[in-house]
This record gives sequence, C-alpha cells and structure tokens, in this order.
Amino acid sequence: MNDRPGIFVHGIGAVSPAGWGMDAFRNALAAGVPIPAKDLPRPGWDKPLTVRSSPAPTPRPAFLAHPRLRRTSPIAQYVVATALEALGHDAEQAGRNRRLGIVFCAMSGCVNYSRRFYDETLKDPSTASPLVFPETVYNAPASHLAAVLGTTAINYTVVGDPGEFLVGISIAADWLATGRVDGCLVIGAEEIDWLMADAMRLFDRKTIVSDGAGALYLKRERPAGAAVQLEAITNAEVFYRGRPRSAAARSMRLALPSNSQSRELLCDGTIGLPRADRDEEEAWADWPHARLSVKKVFGEGFMAAAAWQCIAAVDALQRPGYAAANVSIVGCNQQAIGARFIARQ
Amino acid sequence: MLFPFHYADTPPRVAITGAGIVTSLGLGWAANALGFRSGRVAIGPVSLFDVSRQRVKVAGEVRLPPAPTREDQRLDRAARMLLLAATEAWQQAGWTASENLPLVLGTTSGGMSQGEAYYRQAIQTPHDHRRQASRVVQYRAQQQALTLAERLGFRGPITIIANACASGANAVGHAWELIRRGHAERVFTGGYDALSQLVFAGFDSLQALSPTQCRPFDANRDGLALGEGAAMLTLETFDSARRRGAEILGEIVGYGAATDAHHLTQPHPEGDAALQSMTAACAAAGIAPEQIGYVNAHGTGTPLNDSAEAAAINRCFGAAVGQVRVSSTKSSIGHLLGGAGAVETVICLMALREQWLPPTSTLNEVDPLCRFPVVREPVDAKLDFALTNSFGFGGANATLILRRCR
Repeated sequence: MNDRPGIFVHGIGAVSPAGWGMDAFRNALAAGVPIPAKDLPRPGWDKPLTVRSSPAPTPRPAFLAHPRLRRTSPIAQYVVATALEALGHDAEQAGRNRRLGIVFCAMSGCVNYSRRFYDETLKDPSTASPLVFPETVYNAPASHLAAVLGTTAINYTVVGDPGEFLVGISIAADWLATGRVDGCLVIGAEEIDWLMADAMRLFDRKTIVSDGAGALYLKRERPAGAAVQLEAITNAEVFYRGRPRSAAARSMRLALPSNSQSRELLCDGTIGLPRADRDEEEAWADWPHARLSVKKVFGEGFMAAAAWQCIAAVDALQRPGYAAANVSIVGCNQQAIGARFIARQ
Repeated sequence: MLFPFHYADTPPRVAITGAGIVTSLGLGWAANALGFRSGRVAIGPVSLFDVSRQRVKVAGEVRLPPAPTREDQRLDRAARMLLLAATEAWQQAGWTASENLPLVLGTTSGGMSQGEAYYRQAIQTPHDHRRQASRVVQYRAQQQALTLAERLGFRGPITIIANACASGANAVGHAWELIRRGHAERVFTGGYDALSQLVFAGFDSLQALSPTQCRPFDANRDGLALGEGAAMLTLETFDSARRRGAEILGEIVGYGAATDAHHLTQPHPEGDAALQSMTAACAAAGIAPEQIGYVNAHGTGTPLNDSAEAAAINRCFGAAVGQVRVSSTKSSIGHLLGGAGAVETVICLMALREQWLPPTSTLNEVDPLCRFPVVREPVDAKLDFALTNSFGFGGANATLILRRCR
C-alpha cells in the first residue's frame, strides 16, 4: 500500500439565504443572526409555509445569459454561480484542458421542475412540457455546469442525505490523487419548493428549510501562500433500525482527530432545535474549542448546508486564527460523517 | 477512513462472484438468459398507471410476485426489484453479514412512485397527512440502499450515483475503481429503476418513445421503449474470491467515463464523448478495441442516440469495426434508465460465460451508418471480452469492459 500527495482547497463559493457570493455568506455568519424567514404559499392551505430562500441576485450575473441556463430552475443557477466563484480565474482554463472533474451532490435536487412537470402530467400529459422534463433529472445542474465550463472530464451526480457531500469530496480527492483530473469541483445544492417544505413539516414542524449552494475547488498542488488542506474524512457511519443515529454520531466523532493543544474550530450541523440536535450535541459534548453552526443562521439547507459547513471551515482557516477545523455532519436519514481541514502556513 | 487513501501497489484483478437480475423477461439469471437466448421481446401494455392520454402505451413491466410481508408491501416497487436482484447476487456469491462493505448504486429516480403518490394526496386532500411521512422516506434513493443493507445484514459507506441513464454503469465502474485502487476488497454494486408516471410522461413529451416498436440501429427506428428492473453484482479481488473458494463468473477489466457538453438531451452527432469513454475503458483494460468480441450498445432506438453511438463505435474500432458484433438488448426489455448499465453488464457476463450473443430482436433493416455487424438473431459465439455502453441525459457517458474467466 502507498499514500498519495495531499489535496488542497483552491477556491470556495456560496449562494445562501444571505445572498450570492462569499461576502454575503461571511458577513451573515459573522453577524450570527438568523436570516429572516419568508412566507411561501402552500396550495390548499390558508396559512403559508415558512422558508429561508436565497434571494435573486442583483445585478443579474452575466453568466445567466448562457444558452444552457435559459430555462433552468434556481438549483442549476446556484450550482454555476458557486462553481464560478470557487474557480476564479481557473474557470477560463476549464474548457481548454477539459480535465476539470465535477461532483455534484443533492438530496432533493431539481424539485421545482419535477413538481411542475408532474402537475402538468396529471392535468393533461399531452401538453406536459418537453422543455421542463429534462430539467427534472438529478444531473441536469452538473450537465449545465460542464457545458458552461466546456469540460468533458468525469462528472458524477451523487444523491443521499447531507453526509453524502463528504463522500463526494472523497470521490474528488481520489480522482485527483490518481491523476484522473487536474482539478475538481465538489458542489452541494438544493432549491426550495413548497413540496419539500411541506414534507419537512411531517418530521419537524420547527425546522425552517432553506436553499442555495456551496462549492469547493480542489487540486493536488499546494496554492501559493497560506493554504487549506483536506486532512481526513471519516467512514460514513450508516444508521438505520437497530443502529441508532446517536451511535453513528459517536463513532464519527471518535474517528475525527483533534488536537487539544492548538486552536481549532468545529463546524457542526446543529440548528438550534433540541430534538434535531440531540445526537450531534451528545457526540461533541467534550469539544473544548470554538463552534460554528451555519444552520442556525441559514436554516436547514440539506446538501447545501453540508457544503456551507465545509466552506465555513475553509474560510475560517484561510484567515489567521485557527490551525484546524472539523466538519460534523449527522445526516437526517442515512449517515454520520466528518471531515477535517488544516491550515498550512 | 474515506480519506486519506492507501493505494494498492499493484491494482488487483476484480472478480464478479455473484450476479442478480430482474427485467421484464423475468426474475433471475436463468429466466433472463433464456429470454435473451430466444430473442424474446417483453414489451407490453402499461398497467401500473394511466397511459390512456399518452401517445405511447407500452413498456417493459416487471411481473413482481406478491409482497410476502406487510413490510414488503410498504416498499416502493423499485426497492422490491432491487432486493430481488441483490438477494440473488448475494446468495450466489455466498457473502454473509459484514461490516464495512461499500454499497454503490445507480438510479435516476429512486422511489419515484412514492413521490408521485405524495404529491397527488398533497394536492387532492391537502390536510390529510396519513401515510405521507412513509412516502417521503420511501421516496429517497438512500432508503432503498438502507433497506438493502438492513435486509442482507451489512454496513458500510453508501454511494448513489444519479447520472441519468449512465447511472448503473457509473456505479459498477466506481465500485470497480474502489477495489482496483485498494480502497476495498469487496464492493456490492448495481443499478435499478422502476417505471413511473412522471418519467414515462417525460419521455413521451420529448417524443422519444417509439409509437411503433423500439428497433435499435434500424434505418427506420423511431424511438425507445421504457422498461424497469435491477441488477446487482458482488465484486471482489481475485485473492478474496480464491481465498473463499468462490466461483469466479467473470472479470471487470476496464471502465471509462466522459461528459458530453453538447446538449442536455442530445448526444454530440459524432459521438465524441462516447468515443472518449470507450477509449478510456480500453486503456484501463490494457486492450485494443479489436480484442473485443461483442458490444452491448446503449442502443436506445432513438434516431439521434443510435447514429451518434454508431459513429463512435465506427471511430473506436477503426479498420476492425467490421469484426465486432453489436446488439442492443433494449429491443427485448426496454430502456431501464438507471438500471440499464448494471443490467447490461450482467447480460455481457451471461454472454461471456455461456458464449452466446443476445440479439437486437426487433431489427428489420440495418441503418447503413452501422459499419459493424448488428446481431439480429441469438447466436453462439466465442468471445473473451465484451464492452457495454451507457449514455444518459446531461451528457453522462460510461463504458465497462468484461473478460471471460474460464
């Protein structure tokens, strides 16, 4: 057996209920105040649902004029926006060398158009829109992104609960380590629809769903100056009947290294609701360092929230202060999994 | 830990020691082998949902046995097909309950029929929440994976690839890579999808469904037929299989994947990404294309797919293209979407193991674009390598190469 060189973060991008871009994301986290919720009409109900959706961008970004993005629903726009932000100047090279991999992760995925197309089908399938149907497919956002960037390299869309975002990072790291791609984007995204907000209420009436995206741009070579390196991703600790979520959370926490001597950060997935947070809180009860809980500000963004946790960790490490940051994801119905990033000066 | 990785010094060979398959031809290896060997077409009227207002009214439906338990009755149709295929593969391999066994699945729509039922009730009786929570749970693809792991008694990381119609091939390819790189000694993998009203209406709205008969590579082809099903494979290193004394059914030797950025639903007319995918798979396998005896084409039967794939096969095989025999088994069972790549991998395994070729059963007049012989009748054949292509919406392209094990 042999080990391979490290994996470094070369860029991050975010779309969140605070707005489009890292500045809005960073400022909202620094303020630590929950983003105000909005009403979302629910057909058949007098009372609306409450959500935290990402606002429309102002001004409208030029890339949204790309032909492939004309008919897309918000999730594809979030994906492309965060990817371009994470890539920075490398976006121009992606189409030239075509060796930019993409791992797109989602839990609910393209729910706006899926709901709309099925509604059209029920009313009259002969008039259901052929323009809408292709946008319902899970990998539509990743396809649009590849087209915008002009890359033909390997491209996976991975679905699951929010912990799958870290599985996605491990896939990207493997592609990079084996030289399959020169760079790789890992993006987590969701879009709000009344259907998903309605479904969430069946499990927890207090949780406010949100949407947006987060992207990490990974490469093998170390960037100039201060750098953030991926140090570890734990096993995915799966839970189901007979294997409680709390035990999975504890196993994940035990597997995630930490150093009591250095200044460290925990980017956890707690949302401020005791019932939802209990397993994760118990697992990290002994954590002696600082914590950052992105969902307390942005809401339950599922796969987008998992990406936000990682971005918050990387962003903190890119500034003086922390030596390492752990990301803890105790998913809603599949797995507990953690990651650790370290600052390299 | 999922990261950092430890890589094998020498990539191990990857054996298939168990295979399970469910299609409209039947449940299990024997029923499907018999169906393909006889060139049977298992496409018929759709009974699962209302198609009275659709342009096309046929598909390859699986005849599932009655659910044996109340718990099974709650499962989505997709989960039931997945469990049947998985149990067959698991038992054939002789695997037992274990920890840290990775599961890699491909699907496009998970438990879509549960999502449809949720939506109908949410609209028709907005204040009635009965059974809705269960539908939300069963709709998620990860729930089918978790049910599978729970039933067979294993635990490990779950990866679900949703690369449209290439999902199943990507899943098997990803599982193969996990073993080749030394990340796992054994991986359980496959793909599945059930027919659903939304997806059926979607393909019908695109006028991608054949209003006559699905005839891949036919000069007068006019569309695809949808199908449903599942296939699962137990993959392990040769060392692991031999240590257990397991029978090795075949070997996966190559995997390639590429993205076609041309259009969301249409392939590049010259099949650029398909060529890239096949070339990468051959390179991974360390073989020249002319060593491949059979290509199980993606071959949906749509005018655009088959012409692009024919162009890609012509380019990949070059001067040797006249030697490679090609067929599309979608003529018999329809297009299984996320299940297609895994099901067609099992079909290639059958062909290699039993030395026959499955036909494009419905072919009348071969498209002159095809510079390769298209298999029209079931035929015995000697072959050592088989290649299977899977292409999907969004430009997802994946290719797997299998080798016969004597």
